[in-house]
Amino acid sequence: MAVVKLSSGYNIGVEKGCCTLVAPAPAPASHMAPVRQDPKLPELSIISTGGTIASRIDYRTGAVTSQFDADDILTAIPALAEIGRYRTKVLYTILSENMTPAIWQELARAIHDEIKHGVTGVIVTHGTDTMAYSAAAVSFMLDTPVPVVFVGSQRSADRPSSDNAMNGVCAALAAESSLGEVAIVMHGTTNDDYCAIHRGTRVRKMHTSRRDAFQSIGIPPVGTVDYASRTVTLSDDAVKRGTHKLALHDKLEPHCGLIQFYPGMAPELLVAYEGYKGLVLSGTGLGHVSTALIPGIKNLIAGGTQVVMTSQCMNGRVCDRVYDTGRDLLNAGVIEGGDMLPEVALVKQMWVLGNEKDPAKAAAMMAADLKGENMRRSGHGL
Amino acid sequence: MDCNQSGHTVLSVVDGKIVLPKNAYNELGLTAGIEIHQQLDTKEKLFCHCPTTLMDNAEHTGEFSRYLRATESEMGEIDRAAQEEMKRIRKFRYYTYRTTCLVENDEEPPAPFNEEALAIGLTLAKTFGMTPIPQVHTMRKLVIDGSNTSGFQRTALVAINGALPNGGSIETICIEEEAAQRVKDEIFSLDRLGIPLVEITTSPCMHTPEEVQQVAEYIGMVLRSTGKVKRGLGTIRQDVNISIKNGARVEIKGVQELDLIAEVVRREVQRQQTLLSIREELVKRNASVGTEQIDVTDLFKGTGSAILKKAKKISALVLPGFAGFVGCELQPGRRLGSEMSDYAKKCGVGGIFHTDELPAYGVTAEEVAELRKVVRAGEQDAVILVSGASAKQADCAWHQVADRAKVALSEKPVPEETRKMLEEGSTAYMRPLPGAERMYPETDVLPVRIDEARWNAVTVPELLTVTAERYAKDLGLDPAVAKQMAFSEERPLFEQAVAKGIKPTLASRTLLATLKELRRDGVEAGKIPDDAIIAVLEAVEKGSAAKEAVPELLTAIAKGSTVKDAMATLAPTVSRDELEAVIKKIVTDRAEFVTQKQKGALGPLMGVVMQEVRGSVDGKVVSELLRKEIEIVLAGKK
Repeated sequence: MAVVKLSSGYNIGVEKGCCTLVAPAPAPASHMAPVRQDPKLPELSIISTGGTIASRIDYRTGAVTSQFDADDILTAIPALAEIGRYRTKVLYTILSENMTPAIWQELARAIHDEIKHGVTGVIVTHGTDTMAYSAAAVSFMLDTPVPVVFVGSQRSADRPSSDNAMNGVCAALAAESSLGEVAIVMHGTTNDDYCAIHRGTRVRKMHTSRRDAFQSIGIPPVGTVDYASRTVTLSDDAVKRGTHKLALHDKLEPHCGLIQFYPGMAPELLVAYEGYKGLVLSGTGLGHVSTALIPGIKNLIAGGTQVVMTSQCMNGRVCDRVYDTGRDLLNAGVIEGGDMLPEVALVKQMWVLGNEKDPAKAAAMMAADLKGENMRRSGHGL
Repeated sequence: MDCNQSGHTVLSVVDGKIVLPKNAYNELGLTAGIEIHQQLDTKEKLFCHCPTTLMDNAEHTGEFSRYLRATESEMGEIDRAAQEEMKRIRKFRYYTYRTTCLVENDEEPPAPFNEEALAIGLTLAKTFGMTPIPQVHTMRKLVIDGSNTSGFQRTALVAINGALPNGGSIETICIEEEAAQRVKDEIFSLDRLGIPLVEITTSPCMHTPEEVQQVAEYIGMVLRSTGKVKRGLGTIRQDVNISIKNGARVEIKGVQELDLIAEVVRREVQRQQTLLSIREELVKRNASVGTEQIDVTDLFKGTGSAILKKAKKISALVLPGFAGFVGCELQPGRRLGSEMSDYAKKCGVGGIFHTDELPAYGVTAEEVAELRKVVRAGEQDAVILVSGASAKQADCAWHQVADRAKVALSEKPVPEETRKMLEEGSTAYMRPLPGAERMYPETDVLPVRIDEARWNAVTVPELLTVTAERYAKDLGLDPAVAKQMAFSEERPLFEQAVAKGIKPTLASRTLLATLKELRRDGVEAGKIPDDAIIAVLEAVEKGSAAKEAVPELLTAIAKGSTVKDAMATLAPTVSRDELEAVIKKIVTDRAEFVTQKQKGALGPLMGVVMQEVRGSVDGKVVSELLRKEIEIVLAGKK
């Protein structure tokens, strides 16, 4: 079918044979005024990787894809110009499901370069699907003295109701604030009222489509940004600007896996991970898999695979000392993943195994808290 | 010129209505088209699985708030209507209900196109003899007045090129989403958002106000013939497009009462004509629009006008040569000043003041004189005052008024506009006519193919006008009743009843009169299930209930009784033998009375029998048996 745009603005699909191409359609041209940068404002860096915040319609497929760069984001969100002046860098224009650990490494290096250049803060625009993975990866690879803020949008930028404008403004404010860690800044509620600042290692996308899909798990958000008043509030637990010196440790071990246990899971599935350097299990409850899987796990560990247990409960801490299965897992050499989120444990494992070759030291690092990912205490939230 | 006398054609007003000489509309070059928006009675909404039920605002379960911003279209343009709405940054609040979901909240991608709604659209298309679109694409039409949480209305062109009885044509049929209902100011209710609407657009094929109304009535009749449209106030809205020679195309939105359409057209013609006349006079006077925004805030420091006193900034605009014309009536209740005021309101101000209506509203004659002196305005000049809560707001409003004044003076003094209807048929400015820029593809909805097989399977309903004739001719209904029945919401139930062998007169009387009377008496007739009505009428046909008992039976059922219980209590079954025995006893007991009254005893004894059998037997049967029995008694006495 050929899609024809009528003068009324409607599109219709007709048989290709009905149409004769007179001339190709004129290229879309933006009529928005170019954004002027105020030299008196602090300098921020925007690194664009794609995603809904920068999405447009692809006339080839008719679907929404990411194809415009950081300059376009500034044009699309003029309010950003009142907050800072910007260096923009297009690293990738991909949907976040196409991210890879290799791209995380490139991203960490690019952020490192920007901070070295002396910017007040870094904003990374990113698709929301795997934003939490990337934020965690950068958290481990980079020690940062300034805010590194990941931001995206849940509703595409081409719609008047998109959350991109508010999220973008809040991200810029957070990037200028006294925060000193890697964070995700997204809508705090379904309202256009405030954004939450989530620690990069404790955040998860918990809804497929809502604006407030991102939630801090196990801790409250480390801060909020009020949209109307343009004010940033940080909690006492937030890592403050200047706490850490800039450093980059960008090695990752890509041969790590994450599997979710389910009742009746076939032990043979574990065989696929033979030769892997690491494997994170997302177990049930306090951190369990069925007894039938234990020999296979033992086998993996004997073969040099580091196996870490986390819980598919998401909330709470793993404890393999309560029930028999848990004790069997510990005896098999499984490392308890504390209260780490399963995917954060995976990213951490890639980083730990990429940087530490000694299995005992690597195991100790997995059990330790490096970037707020594995808390010593479990808050009761009351 | 007396501003109320048109220079083109003499307008006269009779009984508050504008009357023009015959053929005047032809001479004026009146061209009109209509867009009819009708809610469809589907089970689910157009792009989600919520019911199409309207709720009471008090039932809302929660609310949320959002901002909307104009975005560029696929061609890189911002729609002018959208830009107009952007003059103010507005925060909208939305009410949610147990009947709404994340799709209405703009928090979930739309579900696939509602097939039931599309089918109704295709039925209408075939009825109007239209050509279906081979592949239907859903579009997003930018609407950032808050009535759509997404900032756009989803709409799809379904068919083109239909025919109308007046020789005109239907250009398009679109299926689109209903907008959210405004509760007040910037609060909207989400129950209505997403109900499927059919939009039927005619060509500009009408040339008199009455013709516009007739075409609207015809299309309304066809819509109702499908039996799949919602009924009641607000479920159908007409937009009217009107232009006259040298005027401009103006779209008037939201005419809900059919009877007002002709009047709306008349008043718009009057408005455009008066604007044309004013322009001629202004040119004669060598009028112009001041270029300087004069700050007169200090002038009104001690004013008695509450509005001006509150203002942070008051700006004046001098309109040389405009005196008398700003206050000129364009149509009942509307002046050129009202038009300027509407433009200014887009900046958030409450309105404007102008010297044609001052002194008034707390502004004294001395203040007006002082104002004229300060801004150096002569007697022939008008002065406009705009007051803002901020300098920015006043500035915005000043420019809006100046722009509107320039239009009044320009070669095209009637601006192309979207206007909204006010009470009684006058209109107010809403926004510029939207352009094609406001349309871009809804990428979350897949296109729908309408192939030959699908199109061929579409059936055309019987038009209600034909139905009415059939009811009169075939079913023997009185023509007036037949028409009423055909156009009634109870038509499907009527058809069902007749198909079950119930007499058309009994069915129509029950559905049109009895139910109405019960409602009037406070009975919740809506609670009576259709099959209960049928069961009661069947009982009457079978003779196991009297037709006189129908109101009582239906009342009991409305109050929660089952059909069986109601019949047992109010119309216990009486066999023919039992009935004959009852009648025989009554007549024998009252033999003396019968002898005395002769045949005149029938009436009084009817009441006695009916009371005894408690509505379970048809009056006609009773009367027949009673008459026989009386005759026997009278014969015996002879």
